[in-house]
Amino acid sequence: MHELYEKLKQYYPLGELTEQRNNLAFITLKQEQLRPVLLHLRDKENYTHLVILTAVDWLEDNCFQLTYLLSNRTNATDIGLRLMIPRDNATMESIHDIWPTAATYQRELREMFGIDFPESPRVNEDFILEGWNDIPPYRRDFDTLKFSEETFAQRPGRETKDPAEHMKQKLYPDGA
Amino acid sequence: MKEELEKRIIKGPDGLEFEVEPLRDYYCEAPPTVMPAAYSKIVEDLFNWARSESIWILGFGTGCGAIEMRPLMTPRFDAYRFGVQWRPTPRQSNLFIISGYLSVKTLKRVIRSYEQMQNPKYVIGLGSCTINGGMYWDSYNTIKRLDQYLPVDLYIAGCMPRPEALLAGFADLKKLIRSGKAEGANEYAEKFEWYKANQKRVINDWDMPDYNW
Repeated sequence: MHELYEKLKQYYPLGELTEQRNNLAFITLKQEQLRPVLLHLRDKENYTHLVILTAVDWLEDNCFQLTYLLSNRTNATDIGLRLMIPRDNATMESIHDIWPTAATYQRELREMFGIDFPESPRVNEDFILEGWNDIPPYRRDFDTLKFSEETFAQRPGRETKDPAEHMKQKLYPDGA
Repeated sequence: MKEELEKRIIKGPDGLEFEVEPLRDYYCEAPPTVMPAAYSKIVEDLFNWARSESIWILGFGTGCGAIEMRPLMTPRFDAYRFGVQWRPTPRQSNLFIISGYLSVKTLKRVIRSYEQMQNPKYVIGLGSCTINGGMYWDSYNTIKRLDQYLPVDLYIAGCMPRPEALLAGFADLKKLIRSGKAEGANEYAEKFEWYKANQKRVINDWDMPDYNW
């Protein structure tokens, strides 16, 4: 993994390398470097499979982190590319021309996080949520509990107990 | 409204043009009506006995509970010995098992399927998700009370209930049907407005007819 990182670094300005396991590492990079690095990994280093494209909402830093996880099937190693994009009007370049499967991930991110991928096929169509008119539900400032209480009828009588306290009460009712 | 439901002119293969209005041509506009009981109690009891002995389930798994139906179909639990069997289409079935959590997107399909079933029809809510939301109690996309949207005859509690619980549920449902208490379809017809209002409150993009008969 380290060798690959050094090799890549000769061509592209890269951020730090995080080695999680022998066969899994993450590289941080800038938004502009993504496409050349992806193409290099796919065409020259045999990372031919896009495993997942996912996002993390860093609400406090006001940015989204995108992770592109690639897999090399011949030597069974995975490499993840991480980058940060600003949270306001979040837009990212689409990679559906490199891996067509990315279009599905991008459609999901558009719906769940509100990250736009212009020119990605069918990116603005409803995916899982139909007729959603609130802020995207995977954003951390979306309050799911409040939303579900307001939207869906609840059955009265549901109560939640702290397991430790409840068992203490039940086993030692005298408080011993 | 969906594009395919709008009124339009269609050119047939023979070159003739004709007008299609799907809502009028393909759907029955009339809301459901209450089906009266048979003319005498003993005949109605006979009907109910027959209904209870041929419970045909719609093969529509909405959530994780659908996995419990596979062992029921196969020799280990073999629900067929109780007159219970699974059918591929709503037209042939009279029992709808809502198996677990129901997302808003699935609810729309469930309503369509339920309305296409013939009277008399029954609904079983399987698992705690259909009762009070279960482990999805704070989810943004699953309903918490099934009986707000469809008339439920019977709930089977658990997460998930075992196939034995389902068999016990079928036995209880048979008792309900025989005693004439499983009148969900009539209840749906009576309180149609109320059910529709509840359904439309959660389904924001209502793009189908009000009654999908």
